[in-house]
Amino acid sequence: MTAITSSAASPRDYSLTGRDARLAVENGLAAAEWYHTEIPRKQMKELMQRSDQPAIRDTIIWLAAFVVSAAGGIWFWGSWWCVPFLFVYGTLYGSSTDSRWHECGHGTAFRTQWMNDVVYQLACFMIMRNPVTWRWSHTRHHTDTIIVGRDPEIAVMRPPDLLRVVLNFFGILDAWHAMTDMLRNAAGNISAAEKSFIPEQEQPKAIRVARVWLAIYIATIALALYLHSWLPLMLVGLPRLYGAWHHVMTGLLQHGGLAENVVDHRLNSRTVYMNPISRFIYWNMNYHVEHHMFPMVPYHALPKLHETIRHDLPAPTPSILAGYREMIPAFLRQLRNEDYFLKRALPPTAKPYREELHNDNPVSAAAE
Amino acid sequence: MSDWVEACAAGDIDEEDVMRFDHSGLTYAIYRSPDDEYFATDGLCTHEKVHLAEGLVMDDIIECPKHNGRFNYKTGDARGAPVCVNLKTYPVKVDAGKVLIQIG
Repeated sequence: MTAITSSAASPRDYSLTGRDARLAVENGLAAAEWYHTEIPRKQMKELMQRSDQPAIRDTIIWLAAFVVSAAGGIWFWGSWWCVPFLFVYGTLYGSSTDSRWHECGHGTAFRTQWMNDVVYQLACFMIMRNPVTWRWSHTRHHTDTIIVGRDPEIAVMRPPDLLRVVLNFFGILDAWHAMTDMLRNAAGNISAAEKSFIPEQEQPKAIRVARVWLAIYIATIALALYLHSWLPLMLVGLPRLYGAWHHVMTGLLQHGGLAENVVDHRLNSRTVYMNPISRFIYWNMNYHVEHHMFPMVPYHALPKLHETIRHDLPAPTPSILAGYREMIPAFLRQLRNEDYFLKRALPPTAKPYREELHNDNPVSAAAE
Repeated sequence: MSDWVEACAAGDIDEEDVMRFDHSGLTYAIYRSPDDEYFATDGLCTHEKVHLAEGLVMDDIIECPKHNGRFNYKTGDARGAPVCVNLKTYPVKVDAGKVLIQIG
């Protein structure tokens, strides 16, 4: 790992309609051709193969865990015994839905498309991401990953707003923005940023979904008022706050502290080895370089893809803790110098980075 | 005036797979369906100009390798976000073990 201070212009303009958005297009960073490791077609076809079986198995376990934890939360409501059940329920609701939304949005989790669609809609509701808006924002994220002014899903912009990061472990700002976006969309308003990546014919769908969701939240609040109990809201809506911690913890690792404005996922994405429970919650998105390089590969084949191309990738981060040990100091350093980032070293077996394509000519560099 | 152009040998494409074919500065995708029929479409996704030949064929669907946009390669129909514009299709025939597509 090398720490780099780049010569990129600053301060950055992350707006999708601002200066850096225009510069990205002018500089050829928008919709660019990205590096990918060569894999023989036969092998790639095997890796891309779809199957319903792994996702059906995982979804049965997932839904059963929802039912058991919700039942425990309801049964023990009013006593401290409800806490562990709601902790599990909240983590499923506010975190595991991040990966379900994501994988089913790609259409890779199940072979059968309607199964992807059902889980996608359910997960989008729980994670509070409009299924139309986020399908298109995520498309842009894959086209222009961590390109300033183009990628709508940059979790930590520079200089990092660490208060925002901490608050989002409890879903506070994300949920607030999700609610205000939902109300705005339900009122028939699509923002300029949303218009920049959602095709016009898709925009009415985003409005319809927002109205359905608003009706569900109104019904839940009405039930809570009728019962004089917080319980309905503890099961619908609030878990997005008290259960967000895991998806924020894993999500920050995806790109946090790494390069911006490059066209090689090895430079701006991070693969992290994780424990089996986190991998179940996260549906193997810890193999994040691999996912970005080959989004056609379903989550259950990512470990195999990792073994296939690891010779060409930076060494994976060995644990979540190790990821934070490199990422937090990088964030703190970016508070003083927003051009600073972590450049991941490649093994001798890898094809080198195309330095001429990447805006990372070091002004100063130091080995970590 | 439209021409039949030899794209490849029939055996060059596996069943339920796709192959890229470039001709006169344009790129095409040639498909072999699971029931051993051949089809041809424009080679680039209508969403972001990615080569479909690197994608995945499932039944009568070709999935784009970049954003998982799906088309019916037999009809060219776009099958939902993020693809909205249909693919152009071309007539195909197999003659003496060669796959020919009609361009023009």
